[in-house]
Amino acid sequence: MILNVLHKTRYDFQTPVRGIIQSLRLTPAKCDGQEVVDWRVDIPEAIMGTLFRDGAGDYIQAASIRMPCSHIEVTVSGTVDTTDTSGVLRGHRERVPPRAYMRATPRTKPNRAIRDLVETALKGQEETSALERAHLLCAAVADALPYKPGATHAHTTAAEAMNAGVGVCQDHTQVLIAAAHLADMPARYVSGYLNATEDGTPHEASHAWAEIFIDGLGWVGFDASNKSCPNEHYIRLGSGLDAQDAAPIRGLVLGGAEEKLDVTVVIEAQQQ
Amino acid sequence: MGIFTFQSLLPLMRARQGEAQTMADPFFNEMYAQDGLRPLYQRLENWYQNMPSEFRALKQAEAEDLFRRYGITFAVYGEGGDPDRLIPFDMFPRVFAADEWRRLERGIKQRARALNAFLSDVYDRGEIIRAGRIPADLVYRNEAYEVAVAGFRPPLGVFNHIVGIDLVRTGPDQFYVLEDNCRTPSGVSYMLENREVMMRMFPHLFQENRVAPVDNYARLLKRTLASVAPQKCERDPNVVLLTPGHFNSAYYEHSFLADLMGIELVEGQDLFVEGDFCWMRTTEGPKKVDVIYRRIDDAFLDPLCFRPDSTLGVPGLMNVYRSGGVTICSAPGAEVADDKAIYTYVPEMVRFYLGEAPILENVPTWQCAKPDDLKYVQENIAELVVKEVHGSGGYGMLVGPKSDKATIETFAAKLAENPSNYIAQPTLALSTCPTFVEDGIAPRHVDLRPYCLVGRDIELVPGGLTRVALTEGSLVVNSSQGGGVKDTWVIAEE
Repeated sequence: MILNVLHKTRYDFQTPVRGIIQSLRLTPAKCDGQEVVDWRVDIPEAIMGTLFRDGAGDYIQAASIRMPCSHIEVTVSGTVDTTDTSGVLRGHRERVPPRAYMRATPRTKPNRAIRDLVETALKGQEETSALERAHLLCAAVADALPYKPGATHAHTTAAEAMNAGVGVCQDHTQVLIAAAHLADMPARYVSGYLNATEDGTPHEASHAWAEIFIDGLGWVGFDASNKSCPNEHYIRLGSGLDAQDAAPIRGLVLGGAEEKLDVTVVIEAQQQ
Repeated sequence: MGIFTFQSLLPLMRARQGEAQTMADPFFNEMYAQDGLRPLYQRLENWYQNMPSEFRALKQAEAEDLFRRYGITFAVYGEGGDPDRLIPFDMFPRVFAADEWRRLERGIKQRARALNAFLSDVYDRGEIIRAGRIPADLVYRNEAYEVAVAGFRPPLGVFNHIVGIDLVRTGPDQFYVLEDNCRTPSGVSYMLENREVMMRMFPHLFQENRVAPVDNYARLLKRTLASVAPQKCERDPNVVLLTPGHFNSAYYEHSFLADLMGIELVEGQDLFVEGDFCWMRTTEGPKKVDVIYRRIDDAFLDPLCFRPDSTLGVPGLMNVYRSGGVTICSAPGAEVADDKAIYTYVPEMVRFYLGEAPILENVPTWQCAKPDDLKYVQENIAELVVKEVHGSGGYGMLVGPKSDKATIETFAAKLAENPSNYIAQPTLALSTCPTFVEDGIAPRHVDLRPYCLVGRDIELVPGGLTRVALTEGSLVVNSSQGGGVKDTWVIAEE
């Protein structure tokens, strides 16, 4: 499937700031199932660092503006040719040992409710395969947290989302990571895009899901928001321990002022 | 840190000294051994015996005055009081013979090589883990293991450029490594200033004794740092020292070392990232930085990679580092080799990577993460020293034989709550050195921290920082806990 992406992030500052520095994870990963046809990341006035690939296999790039500015706009545009790999990550060069993804961050620290969820979901499943257990956890998280935008925010932790009882993709992903850790499975946060217009249900085009490491199979994606594994409608950008660590844009405004953030993402499947 | 005690043996320590000890002292006395004065200390004994007490008091005052003038002070975390108080200086030098030092030097360099090999390995293929010699989770689940630098090889493969190994001595030939300080070991300014003060006050001592010099340390440090400049650096590397600022307890040392090396002392706000490089603001415009000798912890280095609330670091620095635009010393992620649970495996690293037998011994260590070890520690807690895995500076630890019942019980509860956060060690019979006390000299417990430099070459200046527990019977040498320092001599060969 040919997917066209147009992703704009605009920051408007109430008073001009002295500058801005960002670390961008905005280039699709090199792996089976997604081939970049063309891709651009543009920030007018910014000085861009060379794109490099880190140990997790993510493409990273620095961008900075060192002059007063009242707004900046990050525009990502491109085309990716995707195929369904049933959620299995293959052909992806990375150097981080899977066991390094067993650690909890403040955002993925489990609480009682997540422990209970794991216990219930995996009760009597000791003989079941790791892959099947991961599916069970994914389904359990989806059931526990109905999709509801606006109830949680960018800094909500897995435990807080569980207490709220609702969430968005970020919350589903962080709770699933915490759950997988409790089941002794390495898990990580993946940022990407989702072409989700076909069934008409509301989704976030700027998307996130979890990858869980299954012995013998490797990293497998699990999207608790959609109770499924990523397929040809997904574009994988990069990964991290949690939403903050895997954020497509991590930035700092120099001489911080009130900012208004406006994000639009349009994904379209090209007619073939 | 150096803590070692045998409560029941302390009365033996009360005997003042000045003559050969006859009774069986459980502590090795580095000047007066069982069979009398060690020849190494003959000249110093003469020096001491011929020193009138008024003269001594005068010299002690002069030393304090010199330290104040140099500005060398040491702030103590969390204790309040005068942040600029002087660290007590004891004028009686501690002495090593050339052959003693040679063995120590070989052992220290061996350990520094093994630690660097370990770091290169665990951020690459992890052969030592695949070989089953170190448990995977101990490394990969360790908080100090930085996922962000996995797969990245720093210039020359060096992660730990300055290794401050803490050693204690328990006998003529017995040395133990207490810990390997791989982050940013402090205290080297004391090594340098102690020597300078001694040479100013007692020049004749240095004419009589062939004391190996330590004053080339700053030159060697700068050479070491320059030797790991990134490949992209095409000229004489610009090396800077990154400090968290003047409120840091080691700020004096930061400015002292920068001054000696003739490099810029900078704070995070003096640097910025643009394009593929890190730059320093100067009055003549931005100047590219090639090597950063950082004295701040990983977590604070770059808010875009680590702690987002850090204002001490340089936003974007890790991108420049990982794309080869700047070298950071010690390398981000090196802290994992400093972990007290990893420490127990250092002899294994020596065997695995170097194929050699370890020259320096580890202190036997119980890892409370292991159920059997935990059980032993809980049953014998009153006899042991229990430390936090990530603790330093003598904080967050229990010295069983020195603690009352209530303290032990409180600590035992903390241990039971989170066993994997603790390790335990036996109390060691730490050696003593003669130290000036009110009415003469008396044995006081000491440890040693030499500073090994790793770059293109591995260098070790002959000496280090000797810390001394000034309170009679005390085995706590930390400057934050009332310890003092001494000049440390290595006598060159005749």
